[in-house]
Amino acid sequence: MTATAETLKAKDYKSDIRVVWCPGCGDYGVLNAVQNAFAALKLTIDNTVCVSGIGCSSRLPYFLKTYGFHSLHGRSLPVASGVKLANPNLEVVVFGGDGDLFSIGGGHFPHVARKNTDLTCVMMDNHVYGLTKGQASPTSTPGTVGTLTPFGTPDPAAVNPLAYSLTYGATFVAQGFSGDPKGLSQTVQQAISHKGFSFVNIISPCLTFNKVDTFDFFKDSFIDLPADHDKSNLVSALDKAVNPPAGKLYSGIFFETQRPTLVENLKKINQKAKADKNRDINTFIDEFKI
Amino acid sequence: MSDLIIRIGGEGGEGIISAGDMVAEAACRSGLEVLTFKTFPAEIRGGYAMYQIRFSKDKILSEGTGFQVFCAFNQEALDKNKKELIPGTVLIYDFPGGDIEQEVKMDGVVTYPLPMSKIAKKDLDMYRAKNMVALGALSYMFDIAKEDLKELIRQKFGKKGQAVVDTNLKAIESGENYMKENYKKTDPYTMGLGNKTGKDVIIISGNEAAGLGAMIAGCNFLSAYPITPATEVANYMSSALPKRDGTLVQAEDEMASLAQVLGASYAGAKAMTSTSGPGLSLMQELLGYASMAELPCVIVDVQRGGPSTGLPTKHEQSDLFMAVHGGHGDASRIVLSAENVADAIDLAVDAFNLAEKYQIPVILLTDGSLGFRTESVARPDPKKYKIINRDRYKPNGSDKYLRYKLTENGISPMSQPGDPGGAYISTGLEHAESSAPSFTPEDHNRMLDKRFGKLKDVVDFYPAPEVQGEGQADVGVISWGSTLGTVREAVNMARKEGLKVKALHPKLVWPLQEKQILAFAATCKKILVPEVNKQGQFAEILRGKTGINPISYPIYGGLPFSPKQILEKIKEAM
Repeated sequence: MTATAETLKAKDYKSDIRVVWCPGCGDYGVLNAVQNAFAALKLTIDNTVCVSGIGCSSRLPYFLKTYGFHSLHGRSLPVASGVKLANPNLEVVVFGGDGDLFSIGGGHFPHVARKNTDLTCVMMDNHVYGLTKGQASPTSTPGTVGTLTPFGTPDPAAVNPLAYSLTYGATFVAQGFSGDPKGLSQTVQQAISHKGFSFVNIISPCLTFNKVDTFDFFKDSFIDLPADHDKSNLVSALDKAVNPPAGKLYSGIFFETQRPTLVENLKKINQKAKADKNRDINTFIDEFKI
Repeated sequence: MSDLIIRIGGEGGEGIISAGDMVAEAACRSGLEVLTFKTFPAEIRGGYAMYQIRFSKDKILSEGTGFQVFCAFNQEALDKNKKELIPGTVLIYDFPGGDIEQEVKMDGVVTYPLPMSKIAKKDLDMYRAKNMVALGALSYMFDIAKEDLKELIRQKFGKKGQAVVDTNLKAIESGENYMKENYKKTDPYTMGLGNKTGKDVIIISGNEAAGLGAMIAGCNFLSAYPITPATEVANYMSSALPKRDGTLVQAEDEMASLAQVLGASYAGAKAMTSTSGPGLSLMQELLGYASMAELPCVIVDVQRGGPSTGLPTKHEQSDLFMAVHGGHGDASRIVLSAENVADAIDLAVDAFNLAEKYQIPVILLTDGSLGFRTESVARPDPKKYKIINRDRYKPNGSDKYLRYKLTENGISPMSQPGDPGGAYISTGLEHAESSAPSFTPEDHNRMLDKRFGKLKDVVDFYPAPEVQGEGQADVGVISWGSTLGTVREAVNMARKEGLKVKALHPKLVWPLQEKQILAFAATCKKILVPEVNKQGQFAEILRGKTGINPISYPIYGGLPFSPKQILEKIKEAM
């Protein structure tokens, strides 16, 4: 994390653009938690960039006063990488849904994670495509009935975002619930403070189009990770991600480790190349002299 | 003599390309101008590879027509080039003891069998040196850069140790001696030294040139995905950018590469990507985003044969429609096309200048043969380039910043993260001046008018296309991209024959400089548009935008035009 402001309160991060989510949407809780996290970390409006893709949750940057980049469906992670690499002093946070990040944008996630790109990725997972009115998503429970799958999905398995991000090489992986803004704010703060690629999966129910995985369904599902969980242990983190107790989901930090980040490694390359912003262009031209 | 074309053909992986590069550079050192042309298979090893070099004491405009000298490394190469071995040409071929089993006799063709495989294997005990044996023979026989070639070998292989230098020099000398001892020269082709005095030249490929131009323009970010024939642009930048503290990223795919470029540009970088047709196809949605969000960016498209995977290593100019019209919705953009290697440097600078000035995506079209070929070009003088940077938002402390503020010329000052008071949301949604989403008819109208209004300024801002020839003409040729050089040479030939022919050489292919095109067309009885694609894409665009009705002359065989082809078509059109 990089930029700080002394005086901003959570509400000071809120823009005057009207929030367009349905009443009761889990994403309100996320927005709330994010504002609180930004205030707690004293992020500045001018040095924070919120990047998103397309979908209900990807509208989130509009509701914040910081710099924002509402990109294309699935492209938030590479856009955010470009922003961060062009100016590593910025705090760059990515917001998106399960369809955006794990279906149409699923080809980017592994690479942004394994490169340990210095970003925080906050996913609002509602197990459904909301903006197009109720299709099954990659995280939908197998057999889910949606508008494109009136007889239930034929897919025998769903994406487990935690397991995916762990094996892709994310150096911080956590899970939270939109119904717990306080705990969520803590988790988001830790994710932003983490050096490298951090991923927070937030179960954020869609009240309008998902009648199965509802708020009430999740309300009592969350339990804290065991006190003795070793978050430096990848195998143990994977075990917790794929084997929660029946009918339960863990919240908290599954995995956290330190690895050189993309920004650090690129800096090393430039050091090897004896980088000099003002190197005379003539030296480049003369490389082609006969 | 002042002009000579030598072609070398053989199996991919036999060192034809490296031998060709070597003699091109040596010739350049001896004061000659060079322009090379390569075709090779899409596979790393095997298949027919060809390297052609045109040497001249004067400026070279194109690959030329056919060749005077052909050097065949194997039977396949010989078979593929038999049609062009016309009376007056010379054939050097691997015989005896090589892949070619029969002695070759052709009417009017001077033949010099050279057992290059045998010499390399038996005398030198190094089959790989076959290319150097051939090089020695060629250099001796046609008097090309004899001394410079040896000096170059000493320099190039010096790092690998004296033994390597000696082996290569010995191979060169073996080829030379074989010719000396066995043949009395019966062909008329002798190049000799060029004029070295007062020359300040560099030798550079088209792909490197696009990269060098970007460096001159101040590019500090490139993200790309490997693709033939564009990879060398990124290869060059991967060593150049870090030296200036820039950033190079190898992205996971082409969507990611343009997405990263847009993110970087938004954050203030001068950013580009390089790709070929299939990559540009994948980038279309992001290209539309760049138009919508008015983000400066440069995309170099080194075109190849299409559609789909197509002909990855072959020459074609068939991405014009996509560059100009690709993607959904009404998206404004600028398209430039380079004539030759020197142009690739200049137009890469222009591309950045236009992208920054108009906050718009700029596509620079080159093509496979231009990208791969090397040319001797006058050393660019960095002082002659004017560098334009985007109009930046200046915080004034009171007014709310409007990212898409409507202005007379459609250009709105741009903030970047870190600027106090400059925060806004870059967006692909239609928006109001503030960047807040807006789908009202009024906002969609004004914002489309703003984004397309910028193009009106571009046609006046960009230098007018050059007119070759003067007065009234029976035929006026208009073309684009690397075909321009070939047209230039064909028109010179036609005018020497006394034909009333002229040409227009546009570099800005979108938006069209309609005024100048119409003025040119008014001086010509007929307009001929040669280009290397099936549909006659530029002819179609000219027809649609200017109302002139040109004779479309499309070829699509995976090879560029020869000047002779165009000259013949000019005569046919008269």
